[in-house]
Amino acid sequence: MGKLEQMKTPTDAGARYKAGVLKYAQMGYWEPQYQPQDTDVLALFRITPQDGVDPEEAAAAVAGESSTATWTVVWTDRLTACDMYRAKAYKVEPVPGAPGQYFAYIAYDLDLFEPGSLANLTASIIGNVFGFKPLKALRLEDMRLPVAYVKTFDGPPTGIVVERERLDKFGRPLLGATVKPKLGLSGKNYGRVVYEALKGGLDFTKDDENINSQAFMHWRDRFLFCMEAVNRAQAATGEVKGHYLNVTAATMEDMYERAEFAKALGSNIVMIDLVIGYTAIQSMSKWARRNDMILHLHRAGHSTYTRQKTHGISFRVISKWMRLAGVDHIHAGTVVGKLEGDPNSVQGFYNVLREEHNPVDLQRGIFFEQDWGGLRKVMPVASGGIHAGQMHQLIHYLGEDVVLQFGGGTIGHPLGIAAGATANRVALEAMILARNEGRDIWNEGPQILADAARHCAPLKAALDTWGEVTFNYASTDTPDFVPTPTAA
Amino acid sequence: MRLTQGAFSFLPDLTDAQIRAQIEYCLRMGWAVSVEYTDDPHPRNTYWEMFGMPMFDLKDAAGAMAELDACRKTFPNHYIKVNAFDSSHGWESLRLSFLVQRPKDEPGFELMRAEADGRNLRYTTRAYATTRPEGKRY
Repeated sequence: MGKLEQMKTPTDAGARYKAGVLKYAQMGYWEPQYQPQDTDVLALFRITPQDGVDPEEAAAAVAGESSTATWTVVWTDRLTACDMYRAKAYKVEPVPGAPGQYFAYIAYDLDLFEPGSLANLTASIIGNVFGFKPLKALRLEDMRLPVAYVKTFDGPPTGIVVERERLDKFGRPLLGATVKPKLGLSGKNYGRVVYEALKGGLDFTKDDENINSQAFMHWRDRFLFCMEAVNRAQAATGEVKGHYLNVTAATMEDMYERAEFAKALGSNIVMIDLVIGYTAIQSMSKWARRNDMILHLHRAGHSTYTRQKTHGISFRVISKWMRLAGVDHIHAGTVVGKLEGDPNSVQGFYNVLREEHNPVDLQRGIFFEQDWGGLRKVMPVASGGIHAGQMHQLIHYLGEDVVLQFGGGTIGHPLGIAAGATANRVALEAMILARNEGRDIWNEGPQILADAARHCAPLKAALDTWGEVTFNYASTDTPDFVPTPTAA
Repeated sequence: MRLTQGAFSFLPDLTDAQIRAQIEYCLRMGWAVSVEYTDDPHPRNTYWEMFGMPMFDLKDAAGAMAELDACRKTFPNHYIKVNAFDSSHGWESLRLSFLVQRPKDEPGFELMRAEADGRNLRYTTRAYATTRPEGKRY
């Protein structure tokens, strides 16, 4: 029997549903003629089949295991509209420059999913299938979420525009810093860092992902001291300030208690970690929406499954899911800092979070057109090993709707925390001013910073200390498509 | 103190040439420029007084500079800011906002604390200037 013959679904229903084992492709999960509908959920997987497994059969298996199939024929399929419920692998193509890897496109009927439930969507799409033996590795690269499905989610409780209106800050990136050291400070000392950084010129300070309620600092103490610092800085500058109070805790009840306390103290923002899980994130999003609170998400844990290209989930998919689930901020990479981030891939994540409509953009890893149906925009956060000397690069790569977080680059400043904050703020404002004047900040950036440092001693000290620090390591999570050179 | 609202308050006060360059940028982007003033600089005073309507059909930055000059003459010791409004779908809000004038003396804000239950505090921020009536503050 030839390969094509093996892939064919038996046309006779009696033969198709005879007890026994069929190939997934024969069970109807491989449909190369299928035309995806506007209401289908589409997924693109990178599959690495075991030796001897046809890519089409592997793609069909992924479609099957992430929808209706089990390993053997079951007659109870015939009690359902099973042709509709079956996911359909409709295209398989080799990954450029990666022998043994294939892109598998799979379409899912909208009726397979519960409205507004990320838990339900992910239980299908990344449920059993990632441990499936005929595959060496599997990675979810991208998804197209039909508008009909997008509209069943509330999305970000605040969004970029309303956040800016609440803060009364327009036309420049926001500035933040994570309090360091991240563990060990008492509440009183912790609040000192918050006060100095905010008074010096930052818009936000932030708890780190693992600051919850430890022996050295219980959460109520932290919240009280931080809000004293926020209000003092606000009065000292006449600007709206905030501190992301991390409400991550062991149970939903604990998180609600902490969030309610943050609200009672007048905080404008609370924070959660990705590790609390999709359902908890959606619950906190609904709480934030009810309570006019900006919701910051730290992507703690994501690199365990987003970083390696052969297996796991791309961060662009996590970005899409988090926009649906409804967070206002999400850490999405810096390009130039200490953590993983290829420029094109990171720009792809930012576009997913911030645009109303994403066209196909293979160079940035966007495989599907995505219409966000009016869902609010998520503010990306760039954090990890960045400093004032990189300001022109940060604005060049990341644009202005972003929170730039300089933790070490603020707190480690030789003249103190407030000076560190001032250095960052002056560098930022000087660069935005110059960009708007039409200057080429990519090339003139160092000169613009040097000029600004002439009226700002803290910026001069920052440039002298960190001006040359870079983190040039090869990225692992890079796009598979490079731009085709075109004749000028 | 120095009020640091607006996009460029950490830089030396902008010259007229710098203000004009920012307005030209806004007009290139297709945004409507407007001028607002206040003598109540509370960080959550959202509604500054409008000095005329947003200049929706303005093409030349000179028009906005003339409005700004008129505002400065009328309110020589108020806070004045220039805003740029973007009416495109999905934004429909300000894209840029920056201070272009501040009072000669900025006394700043008092932070008032009301002790509440437990160790809780209720905070109120109050501009020293706003103890006096509007128009007589700076």
